[in-house]
Amino acid sequence: MSFEDVRDLYQDVILDRSRNPRHMRSMEIFDAEAKGDNPMCGDRIELRLKFSNDGRVEDAAFQARGCAISLASADLMAEVARGHDAAELRALAGAFNTLAKTGEAPVRSPAMENLKVLAGVSEYPSRIKCATLPWSALMAALDQAVEVQNP
Amino acid sequence: MNIAVRPPAAQFDVEKIRADFPILTQTVRGKKLVFLDSAASAQKPRAVIAAMSNAMETQYANVHRGLHWMSERTSDAYESVRDQVAALLNAPSRDEIVFTKNSTEAINLVAHSFGRNLLRPGQSVLITEMEHHANIVPWQMLRDATGIKLRVAPITDAGELDMEGFAAALAHRDVGLVAVTHMSNVLGTYNPIERIAKMAHAAGARVLVDGSQAVVHRAVDVQALGADFYVFTGHKLYGPTGVGVLWARRELLEAMPPFLGGGDMITSVSFEKTTFADVPHKFEAGTPAILEVIGLGAAIDYVNAIGFDAIAAHEASLTEHALSRFAKIDGLNVVGRAQDRGGVISFTMEGAHAHDIATLLDRNGIAVRAGQHCAEPLMRRLGLTSTARASFGIYTTEQEIDFLGDTLVRVRSFFQ
Repeated sequence: MSFEDVRDLYQDVILDRSRNPRHMRSMEIFDAEAKGDNPMCGDRIELRLKFSNDGRVEDAAFQARGCAISLASADLMAEVARGHDAAELRALAGAFNTLAKTGEAPVRSPAMENLKVLAGVSEYPSRIKCATLPWSALMAALDQAVEVQNP
Repeated sequence: MNIAVRPPAAQFDVEKIRADFPILTQTVRGKKLVFLDSAASAQKPRAVIAAMSNAMETQYANVHRGLHWMSERTSDAYESVRDQVAALLNAPSRDEIVFTKNSTEAINLVAHSFGRNLLRPGQSVLITEMEHHANIVPWQMLRDATGIKLRVAPITDAGELDMEGFAAALAHRDVGLVAVTHMSNVLGTYNPIERIAKMAHAAGARVLVDGSQAVVHRAVDVQALGADFYVFTGHKLYGPTGVGVLWARRELLEAMPPFLGGGDMITSVSFEKTTFADVPHKFEAGTPAILEVIGLGAAIDYVNAIGFDAIAAHEASLTEHALSRFAKIDGLNVVGRAQDRGGVISFTMEGAHAHDIATLLDRNGIAVRAGQHCAEPLMRRLGLTSTARASFGIYTTEQEIDFLGDTLVRVRSFFQ
C-alpha cells in the first residue's frame, strides 16, 4: 500500500521544494518586507523583496516555518515573482487564489505553469490556506512598498 | 425489582459499543473511518440520537412555562437531567448544576459573575501553562476589565504541573482563584486536583476545574476532588453540541450575580426592579438547550451503563498500546510524558509537519487533529509550532491504533 492517491497534492516538485527551498534565505538589504501568520496551525512566513529601478521584483527571499505545502508554495512564489511589477503580481496572486480554490488556472502564463503543481490543493479545503499564506504576505509586502513610494 | 449490575471490565465489548455508533460504519475517501479525534468532539451513540428525535417527535414544548401537558413533561425530562448530572459529578445538590452552552460559556460565567464580583482588585487568578484557550482568555478579559492579576504556574518538561512553581505562585498570597484543567487536551496529563485544591484552599483561593477532557474518561467526584467549580461540555461526552455544565458550590452560586439576564431566571420583573430566581435558574436565562440537555441525559445513561471503571480500563490499555507502538516508530516524538495520563497523545515527526501528517492519515480514513489545539501558550512553552494528536474514545480499538501506527511508518518514509 502506498500513498499514490495523495500524489495529486504532494507532487515531487512540492516535496523537493519543501525539503530544499531555493529561496529560504536571509536578505539583509531589501525594499519591502511582510509577515504572514496562520495562528490556527502556527505556520509563519517572513518575506523580503528587493526591487529594481523600474519597479520590478529583483529578488525575493523568505524565512518560514510550516508544512510542505506552505513551504513549497512560498518557494515557488519567490521564484516566479522575479521580473514582475506590483500590478502583475497582484493579478498573479488573484489567479493563484483561483487555482488553489478551483484547481483550474484562470490564465495561461509561464508563471502560472510553474505554479500549477499546487492545483491539487483544491481537493483539500483545509489546506488551501497553507498554499495561499505566502501570497498574502506578498500582497502585504507590495502594499508596504507602495506606502514607501507614496508616503 | 430492578437490580443494576455493573459489568466488570473484562466484559467490555468494544464491537458491541461500536455497533451503537452509526457513524462508525461510514467510509471517508473510500476508506473505513478510523476516528481518532474524540478529544475535539466525540461521536454520538444511537441512544442519544434517538432521545433527541423522540423528544421532537413525541414530547416537546418549552420548559418551565406552559401549564399544559407537553410543557410539564418536557420540563420533567429537562430537570431530570439535572439530577443525572449531579449524580455523574457526585454533586451534593441538583441545585448546584447549571446548564450552559459549553465549557467555554461556563468558564466565562464564572469569570463574569464570580470574577467581577467576588474577587477583589489586587487579587489574582492562577492558571497553568497547559490550559486550553477557553481557560485563559476569559481570565485575561477579566484582568483587562478589572485590574485583577493573572498568574501562570509552570509545567515541567515532562508535561506535568510543576508543583513547586505552583506553590510559589500561591505564596504571593494574592490568589483568589486557581483555574486549572483536570486533563490536558494536548498532553493527556491528569492534574492532581485533590492536592491542588488542598494547597489552593490553604492559601485562601477557590478552585475551578476544567473537566472538558477528564469527565469523559474517568468517574469524577467533585466532593472528593475538593473543587469549588467544575465545568464540562456535552459533546465530548458522546452527547450533543450546545450544552455544557457548570457545577459550583451552592454558597458561591448564591453569592454570584446572574451572568445573562432574561426570561426563566427571574421571579418577578417590573420596570423598576427585577427579583432573580433561585439557583440554578438565575443562571439559565432564556429558553435553554432543551433537546440538547435531553440528549446529554441519554449520553450519561449510556456511559453509566458501560461503567467508568470499564471505560477507564479500556482507554488505559489503548493508551499503553499506542505509546508502545509509537515508541517503535523512527523519528516520532510523543509530546508529554506525564505519569498520570489519559488517551490523548500528541506527537511530532521529524521531517513531516503535523498538517502533512494529518492529510496523509486522512487519505487513509484516519481522522486526527493537527495544529496548536487551542493551546498556543503551551505550544510555545514546548517549543513547538504544531503537533498531530490522536485521541481515543470508548469505541476505539487496538486494531485502529495498529493501523495508525502502520500508516505513520509510511508517512515517515513518504517525507524522508
